[in-house]
Amino acid sequence: MSEPKSEWRARLALVLVMIGLTVPASAAWNNPYPEAERTANILYAAFNERPKHLDPARSYSENEYAFIAQVYEPPFQYHYLRRPYALVPLTATAVPRPIYLDKSNRRLPPTAPAGAIAYSIYEIKLRPGIRYQPHPAFARDERGQPLFQSLDAATVRRFNTIADFPRQGTRELVAADYIYQIKRLAHPALHSPILGVMADHIVGFKDYARTLAAAWRKLAAAGADGAYLDLTRFPLAGVEEVDRYTFRVKIHGKYPQFLYWMAMPFFAPMPPEADRFFSQPGMAQKNLTLDWYPVGTGPYMLTVNNPNRQMVLERNPNFHGELYPADGEPGDAVAGLLKDAGQPLPFIDRVVFSLEKENIPYWTKFLQGYYDRSAVPNESFDQAVRVGGSGDTEVSDEMKARGISLLTSVQTSTFYLGFNMLDSVVGGYGERARKLRQAISIAIDMEEQIAIFRNGRGIAAQGPLPPGIFGYKEGQAGVNPYVYDWANGRAERKPIEAAQRLLAEAGYANGQDATGRPLLLYFDTAATGPEQKARLDWLRKQLQKLNVQLVVRATDYNRFQEKMRKGDAQLFEWGWNADYPDPENFLFLLYGPNKKVGGEGENAANYDNPEFDRLFERMRNMDNGPERQRVIDQMVDIARRDAPWAWGLHPMQFSLQHAWVSNVKPNNIANNTLKYMRIDPQRRAVAREAWNRPVVWPIAAVMALLVAGVMPAVVSYRRRELRSQRQPNG
Amino acid sequence: MLAYLIRRLLYAVPILLGVNLLTFALFFFVNSPDDMARIQLGVKRVTPEAIAQWKAERGYDKPLVYNDKAAGLQRVTDTIFYRHSLRLFAFDFGRSDEGRDIGYDIRQRMWPSLAIALPTFLVGVLAYVTFALILAFFRGMYLDTVGVVVCVILMSVSALFYVIGGQYLASKLLHLVPISGYGGGVDAFKFIVLPVVIGVVSGIGGNTRLYRTFFLEEIGKDYVRTARAKGLSEARVLFRHVLKNALIPILTGVVVVIPLLFIGSLIMESFFGIPGLGSYTIDAINSQDFAIVRAMVFLGSVLYIVGLILTDFSYTLVDPRVRLS
Amino acid sequence: MPIQFVFLWTDALIYVLLAVVSVFVVYAVRHEHLRAPWSQVARRPLAMGALVVLLAYVAIGLLDSVHYRERLAKQDQYAAEVKSLLDTLLQPLRTRTERTYSAPFAIHAFTSETVDKPDGTRERAYPRLKYGGAHLATADERAGDIGRRTARALGTAVLVWLLALGVFVYWRRLPGDDYRAAVMRFIRGGERIPWRTIWATTGVLLLVLSCGVYLSPYYHVLGTDQVGIDVLYKSLKSVRTGLVIGTLTTLVMLPFALVFGVAAGYFRGWIDDVIQYTYTTLSSIPGVLLIAAAILSLQVYMATHPESFDNVVVRADTRLLFLCAILGVTSWTSLCRLLRGETLKLRELDYIGAARALGVTSARIMTRHLFPNVMHVVLITVVLDFSGLVLAEAVLSYVGVGVDPSMESWGNMINGARLEMAREPMVWWTLAAAFVFMFGLVLAANLFADAVRDAFDPRLRR
Repeated sequence: MSEPKSEWRARLALVLVMIGLTVPASAAWNNPYPEAERTANILYAAFNERPKHLDPARSYSENEYAFIAQVYEPPFQYHYLRRPYALVPLTATAVPRPIYLDKSNRRLPPTAPAGAIAYSIYEIKLRPGIRYQPHPAFARDERGQPLFQSLDAATVRRFNTIADFPRQGTRELVAADYIYQIKRLAHPALHSPILGVMADHIVGFKDYARTLAAAWRKLAAAGADGAYLDLTRFPLAGVEEVDRYTFRVKIHGKYPQFLYWMAMPFFAPMPPEADRFFSQPGMAQKNLTLDWYPVGTGPYMLTVNNPNRQMVLERNPNFHGELYPADGEPGDAVAGLLKDAGQPLPFIDRVVFSLEKENIPYWTKFLQGYYDRSAVPNESFDQAVRVGGSGDTEVSDEMKARGISLLTSVQTSTFYLGFNMLDSVVGGYGERARKLRQAISIAIDMEEQIAIFRNGRGIAAQGPLPPGIFGYKEGQAGVNPYVYDWANGRAERKPIEAAQRLLAEAGYANGQDATGRPLLLYFDTAATGPEQKARLDWLRKQLQKLNVQLVVRATDYNRFQEKMRKGDAQLFEWGWNADYPDPENFLFLLYGPNKKVGGEGENAANYDNPEFDRLFERMRNMDNGPERQRVIDQMVDIARRDAPWAWGLHPMQFSLQHAWVSNVKPNNIANNTLKYMRIDPQRRAVAREAWNRPVVWPIAAVMALLVAGVMPAVVSYRRRELRSQRQPNG
Repeated sequence: MLAYLIRRLLYAVPILLGVNLLTFALFFFVNSPDDMARIQLGVKRVTPEAIAQWKAERGYDKPLVYNDKAAGLQRVTDTIFYRHSLRLFAFDFGRSDEGRDIGYDIRQRMWPSLAIALPTFLVGVLAYVTFALILAFFRGMYLDTVGVVVCVILMSVSALFYVIGGQYLASKLLHLVPISGYGGGVDAFKFIVLPVVIGVVSGIGGNTRLYRTFFLEEIGKDYVRTARAKGLSEARVLFRHVLKNALIPILTGVVVVIPLLFIGSLIMESFFGIPGLGSYTIDAINSQDFAIVRAMVFLGSVLYIVGLILTDFSYTLVDPRVRLS
Repeated sequence: MPIQFVFLWTDALIYVLLAVVSVFVVYAVRHEHLRAPWSQVARRPLAMGALVVLLAYVAIGLLDSVHYRERLAKQDQYAAEVKSLLDTLLQPLRTRTERTYSAPFAIHAFTSETVDKPDGTRERAYPRLKYGGAHLATADERAGDIGRRTARALGTAVLVWLLALGVFVYWRRLPGDDYRAAVMRFIRGGERIPWRTIWATTGVLLLVLSCGVYLSPYYHVLGTDQVGIDVLYKSLKSVRTGLVIGTLTTLVMLPFALVFGVAAGYFRGWIDDVIQYTYTTLSSIPGVLLIAAAILSLQVYMATHPESFDNVVVRADTRLLFLCAILGVTSWTSLCRLLRGETLKLRELDYIGAARALGVTSARIMTRHLFPNVMHVVLITVVLDFSGLVLAEAVLSYVGVGVDPSMESWGNMINGARLEMAREPMVWWTLAAAFVFMFGLVLAANLFADAVRDAFDPRLRR
């Protein structure tokens, strides 16, 4: 019976030794990664919440794209270096020019007027020889039969993750995979967020969604677990497989933005095998779904997916060998961005994303060298960035000493304070309401908000379009004359007196209506956290300048959404992130038929101006050029006058990277940029150890203090004991 | 003994039913299924059809507690309450509103929670008993007075300060441990140390003082005087007699929390980014994932009741005079 | 009327609490069995010192519990803004807000800003604060100025203190004592009530107060927060929140715990079963989750009834009250269990049995014989719970289910300060202020609670 005990002892000894080994005296104790990865070619990044969807038909947010854009490859991508943003082929051989057809499918010249064009056809040719990442869905046995395509629930129960499947396979990318994915956008169980948009554009898509819904209902009624709707059996009118590598998409009318959609993961290829594989009974119960395990042709594949802690992208061994771009913007060569021109991508072997919910640990780890890149958190701005006299920015001396460099760019987004145009006080198109809105727009000092809450990281918006989008105008030509004056060579917010005058003209002299009742406005928000409190206080202060009271109606996120949908909000904050670099993607936020109330669209202010709508319908089908610019100018001016938004700001992104990271250029539109990056792991290892020497003496000091405190008591106790022994009954 | 156990377990059933009803009422009247759908489906371009579909998939389109469209027994079983709340009794947690298997997540996240909570608990109890013993041993001397004052001071500090201060000192200034995160296996050690130390320190004040009064109460009793009169040394008296008898009140407070260790600590886990059940619960509250919160409340109640039963049993172990009937 | 009083729900309850406490004090003075333990408490120097500190906090809290609207100068109506007496007293602190952070006693902003220079160029610099040290011409004068003002503050405080003490000693002198002897007797101490400690504590508080009065109109003594609000003002406003959570929670839950606990112990049988079932069920739900669910549901109610909550102060107050109520629901169970046990013991006593045999009604037995005899349990629990509740507020605010974010509270301050800790250089003053104010209250409460427990808990009476 002594044997197990000695074995147990040996184990204990082993554990102790191992603990001893993990904290060797010289290495950094606070290294959150395994010691073995010390000099590995790994990029360390973080994610702050678990991505909800990794299925390219469902995913529609930046934190999800951070993963799937590295895995899935749509036919086109944005050029990494060139600006303005330009589409280049990714798996396709070229970016196609559309073929225009009239109502009776006769071909029209490229110069045909938009009104005459009934259909456009995009023909996409793929590069042959592109292969998928290794995946069990492709695995075949010796006879060429699929290995894991007809499993029963009992077998599936043995597998917990995709890595548990013993065999994997691959297959060449074909045009049918792209078609399959387009069909999936209409799948009733996937709730693809762009189903509505595509139904308006792709020929026959609306009917297709209806057909699929009916088929799906029938399948569900049969009640089989793991029902699989084989989309290959349902033809879609608007897509056509020309040959193994070529397919065509037919859309209604002229819609130049369609190409941009085809650069998004929504249009990435999906092998039907993978869909069928994950539809087998028991898979969903084990969290084995396409929403969890992407299957793509891209440079990386997701190998570890533990969103509670870590997600790991690993180099795809079957990657088709894309090369680093050879040209860029002027200045890119000087910045060292072209050093790797012509080199095969990707450069980094593995990307480890760790869950990091809060800013503080993330920032601290970045400074300690455990994350390679970081945004500049607000609270550390002064530590990281020095702003020069003319507003130019560079890293602080402390950062410079560590070799950290800074990149800045204005994001193609807009954050705004909206007025609900359906509201009886701030809404409506009369003189009173318009002047009230204009007065508020002047009073809310966006420049101050940017300075206080964003450390100057942003520019105040002059209209709906952010810089970098066609139609945006710089300088005096782009100033919003209802809020700003052009003075001293820059836009200056009108003085508060101007706002007070407008308010009086609107019938609220000194913040009171004709009956003397104070004007009370409501700001609806879902921002209830204490971090938001300061900003809400600030907002109240802004309206206080007009003697108008602002009541913050903070509710939870759901209630807020509900209010917005019902049009019960009054003032609110909203934002929009560009899907693609086209003005249509911003101006449609003010397009009447796109109203939130009734239309369930993205026009949160419920703005509805017939003239604006008419111009929008004209503008959206035009190609970029002076004509389009003129129409956009007209639209922007109408919107500025009506002021459905108190124009907010376009945020600026500041990002820092360590000296060992190279080939980084901010790109607000493309998400598949990890493949271009390069790191120098040796340099990183040295820096980490230098920056993280453990300091032990304070602990020793505290211990010594404790002992010193207890010793006298022990001594005097001993003495007492001795005394009491000498005189027993004492 | 067995009869006692069975009776206690039977008694637990109505309690759990009550817990279930209460959470069901609270969460379902707060959050309509429409709201849950909207949260899960995201912000951009959500259609009413998608919401209806989402609800149907998860059975949230059913009536709450009584289905007048169904027939027979289905009037009760074909409802949200039956399908989502009563199944918990079979420890079938179902799927989260996001579509993940909750049981799997709980099993995964239980271990990090335990890795923090169990050492905190063990080290904590050991430390508190030791400190309390030392204070009781040196009672009436400066060490006791100073110790009690320090205890009161320590317990007047909000737990948040310990966490914020500890993290700042140990991780940021002294580079002793990683500032947050978690690793499996042997790696876990460096992530666990700081939360455990902070957890223990934040409880020192209150618990040491409490245990000290337990010891002093025992020391005041007659049998201790007798033992001392027999010539036993003070240390022996303390360890042989006082410690053993003072264990009963200590056990009352301590055993009941043992099962709850599985649930983890909300604050510690979210501060240190530990992927345990505590942060799971906080995330679920924030994202209003009703299914997870319901499961966690149920689990918490079950563990609490288990703790009560364990406490009763531990009495019989420490004090043979206590008999369960 | 130049002002119109506004009664918030918590205000009303605070007045009720005040009335209850006063009645209790009168009652305790008249009854020997209560007077004895209280005079035992009164003999403990530490407890009395703590009591002085507690009273100071209570005074601030009470000042902050009188709310009113001011009449506007010109129009025939009242301002929409609800202010408290404390707000009016602290008017200079309240209105003198900077743009953003500034360190304690700073005269320059903490963060650099782009400023326009007269010659039209722009520069990144640390501008002078609008109010903090605005009376100084240059930064060099600061140390001297602060020193002078502090000295004046200390002088005034000592003077006032000595004057008050002199009057006190004169008033307390024994018949036939001359003044000198009275002073000597005070200095020697040895009286039953530790007047020396009380006066020393008062003196220290006076010093602090005086420094505040002399310095805070000219400097931000504890710095300013992100939107430039004086941290001293925030800390003082938080006092009421802490006190309300600590006391009203008990007030709200007390009737339930008392009635249910005593009823369960007295009637036994099915009543006991039902009550035991109720509290076991409630206590087996993890408290944070229950609170989270309840607060969420309140938010829903507020969102659907915006007309009743058109005022920020009313909203925040309702949420605070609701938080007290729900905290009460989660904490009444333990008191209820204790009371049930105590009643079980009491009902076996002879005199209760005799009363029952004589046909005295149950209601009468409970009110006349049981309630008074379990009061010590209630008292000890109430006093011990107080500090725990103040601490709990901070944690709940961290989880996001605490008081309204627009309400000043230490929890909200700490929560905001977490982000400030990561700033470089660190913004430490919000955290430090919240720490000191909270620590003072909780420490005083703990010390006082200790004395009360020792005096009332028969188990420890030796």
